[in-house]
Amino acid sequence: MTAEAERPAARQAAGGARARPPLLRLRGISKRFGEVVANEAVDLELAAGEILALLGENGAGKTTLTSILFGHYAADAGEVLVADQEGRLVALPPGRPEAALEAGIGMVHQHFTLAHNLTGFENIVLGTEAWWRPRPAPPGARRRIEELARRMGLEVELDRPVGQLGVGARQRIEILKALYREARVLVLDEPTAVLTPQEAEGLFATVRALAADGRGVIFISHKLAEVEAVAERVVVLRQGRKVADRPLAGTSRSELARLMVGREVREPIRRPRPPGEVVLALDGVGAGSGRDRIEDVTLELRAGEILGIAGVSGNGQAALAALVAGLLRPERGRVELLGSTAALSSPAAAVRAGVGRIPEDRERDGVVGELDLAENLALERLAAPETSRLGFLRRKAMRARARRAIEAFGIRAPGPDVPVRLLSGGNMQKVVLARALDGAPRLLLADQPTRGLDVAATAFVHERLLEARERGAAVLLISEDLDELLGLSDRIAVVHRGRLAGPFPSERLDVPTIGLLMAGHEGGLPAAEVAA
Amino acid sequence: MSEALEILFQASFWVAAIRIATPLLLGTLGALLGERAGVLNLGIEGIFVAGAMTGWLAVYLGASLWSGVAVAAATGAVFGLLHAFLTVTLALSQHVAGLGITLLATAGSHFAYRVAFPTLTQPPRIEPFAPVGWAWLESTPLLGPVLAQQTPLTFLAIGAALLLAFVLARTPLGLAIRAVGDDPAAVEAQGLSVAALRYGAVVVGSALMAVGGAFLTMSAFNAFFFGMVCGRGWICVALTVFASWRPLKAVAGALLFGAFDAWQLRLQTLAGGVVPSQLFLMVPYLLSIAALLLAARRADYPRALMKPWRRGER
Ligand SMILES: Nc1ncnc2c1ncn2[C@@H]1O[C@H](COP(=O)(O)OP(=O)(O)OP(=O)(O)O)[C@@H](O)[C@H]1O
Ligand SMILES: [Mg+2]
Repeated sequence: MTAEAERPAARQAAGGARARPPLLRLRGISKRFGEVVANEAVDLELAAGEILALLGENGAGKTTLTSILFGHYAADAGEVLVADQEGRLVALPPGRPEAALEAGIGMVHQHFTLAHNLTGFENIVLGTEAWWRPRPAPPGARRRIEELARRMGLEVELDRPVGQLGVGARQRIEILKALYREARVLVLDEPTAVLTPQEAEGLFATVRALAADGRGVIFISHKLAEVEAVAERVVVLRQGRKVADRPLAGTSRSELARLMVGREVREPIRRPRPPGEVVLALDGVGAGSGRDRIEDVTLELRAGEILGIAGVSGNGQAALAALVAGLLRPERGRVELLGSTAALSSPAAAVRAGVGRIPEDRERDGVVGELDLAENLALERLAAPETSRLGFLRRKAMRARARRAIEAFGIRAPGPDVPVRLLSGGNMQKVVLARALDGAPRLLLADQPTRGLDVAATAFVHERLLEARERGAAVLLISEDLDELLGLSDRIAVVHRGRLAGPFPSERLDVPTIGLLMAGHEGGLPAAEVAA
Repeated sequence: MSEALEILFQASFWVAAIRIATPLLLGTLGALLGERAGVLNLGIEGIFVAGAMTGWLAVYLGASLWSGVAVAAATGAVFGLLHAFLTVTLALSQHVAGLGITLLATAGSHFAYRVAFPTLTQPPRIEPFAPVGWAWLESTPLLGPVLAQQTPLTFLAIGAALLLAFVLARTPLGLAIRAVGDDPAAVEAQGLSVAALRYGAVVVGSALMAVGGAFLTMSAFNAFFFGMVCGRGWICVALTVFASWRPLKAVAGALLFGAFDAWQLRLQTLAGGVVPSQLFLMVPYLLSIAALLLAARRADYPRALMKPWRRGER
């Protein structure tokens, strides 16, 4: 292409940038929760047609900032200005979601805001129709939603109560909710955390289309590849302060990571290591119910090996994890830990036999939010001498252990007495990790161990998993993040509709191949490799 | 034994059953409305007493019967407002606030009664609601004659059940009420006010409870006396679970209890003298507990029930 041909386009872009009016401006936003500074004097501007990535480590204040923008929280200081129909910036009344919605702000919440007893359709139209009308939505609403869902690749069952849907479907409904109201400013707070790569791709196409249509989008994600795929500009928050605001072009991933964390982040590398004895063996196992059922699964996991399980969530991973955690008994076949079936007959037996567990949903199954850090760390060993003597808790010893864990795992917490509920997601996960690795487990179950974690915390978890492998532990890694699986696993099996393909040595796999297997195309792999 | 079953085919039995069911239905509707919005209202027992007392007193002082009903409803609404203030605005424990309101409303009603009538030994009487006796209803086969013997408040209660069922199932308001009882954050994110919905549901619900109380003094009896509510409020709390928070099932539940109660009253006269009457008094409660056990095993509680919601907290 010649310079001649390039010039008009370049001029257009420059002219476009000048002509792009601001849609949204945040001025000097500050917010504290007790001692915690969540936001400190944050300024931010968003133009029409712009896609802005908002980055920052766990607890940096991203959700707080967008919640202030949407009116969930009222800022301690600062104001939110939104363009009205004529393009003048008008201040929003603080703490009023209805005013934000009225002004055309749509939000996809990180923690879904869906009523489980309503259907997807009802959740989407909730609050959009005059309250006294004898119908939940205008006659055309249904068609519009279906149309929207089809166009955006967000198809979902609209008539089932949301409580019966999986996380992926809930995420799609949460997104449809914002799109249905035709927001001019769309805030997406980690919208892809539970989407499959294909669904995420569909969402990005939507986001680009919206931006081309003159709307502004704020996109929050920990996955830098995604950020690079959609955003033009990036704002980085660190400990509540804005530390960078620049075009994405010309900023490398490692630089972004450094901006977020304040130091270099290095992903650990897996070194070859000969596997040891068989630790976990499944032979023709069928277990679980409904969508989360596995059928005829046979598998061996050896000491010093990481076995990855890939698959779209809801294809049987939950049953597999429950079996290994001792929560589920097989209906058919055998599950053996070090040659014994009794070892996995109950969660307590599993813990005694040396199974460390990192559950998928850390807030539900991993920690007890109301208990403090020290208590959460001791939960699996209440009767052990280091926790209790003659039925009384040894508080001092528990606290000392918690302090060691805080040190060793870099948990950001005020002290061992803080209720775990108040920790950020990444720090909560470190507590779970510390407990799971305590006592050098023979088998480590890591179910979505880095979901929702920032780059640094993710690298940290990876490092610990590899360390456990190095030490001779067998690690069962269930994940939807294919890069994570490929980077950590010695072998990878793919689960689809409860059946397992593989395991295959991970060197012979790549993302597209796994993607095909995840969609159920067994033929995606040459026969020779299947045999391996 | 056959005599015990024959009772079920007497019109007078069903007249009594429906009469007994009416205040329970009103109370249950009130309780389930609040609970659907996520607020348990244990003030119900006291609100029954207060409604019974104020409605009756207004009529005794010269107001019309329907004005008396309005006064009772307003009294209930005031206590509802208080309950909503404690549990929604101040986000206090719903159990404690509710029990407090029951104590306050009960004691307050008795106190007001004593202040108004310091020296009376016989409770003063009013002219209560008469059976509707509509001719067209009388001549309707099957239930017609039984219903024609009921007072207007029974029809009000049935109408309220139908209306509430419709509102909850079909209107945007109903969606919002159901949603706020499940996840207040979902409601807030759609630009609706959690507080307004909960206040509304609790206030209207409490008004319904108070009308249930007024039925006792203005339809079932013609006077106010102590202990007349006698645990009906607590029955309603149980019936709400039995009805799985559905207005039409509440009609069935209240009728079932009313039927048990009417039946045992008649059994007492049949077998009186042989079996102590206290045993019969237990019958409706025992059967209710049995029915409740069956229903409550699958009970799908509103997820946000009894969870105080404070904006901007996690
Ligand atoms: N309602 C609240 N009450 C108390 N503390 C809070 C509240 N909301 C947020 N915080 C604290 O404020 C800080 C910022 O939290 P925020 O949720 O905004 O982080 P984030 O950048 O969205 O993190 P993540 O990537 O984990 O979602 C954290 O330390 C968090 O614990
Ligand atoms: Mg967040």
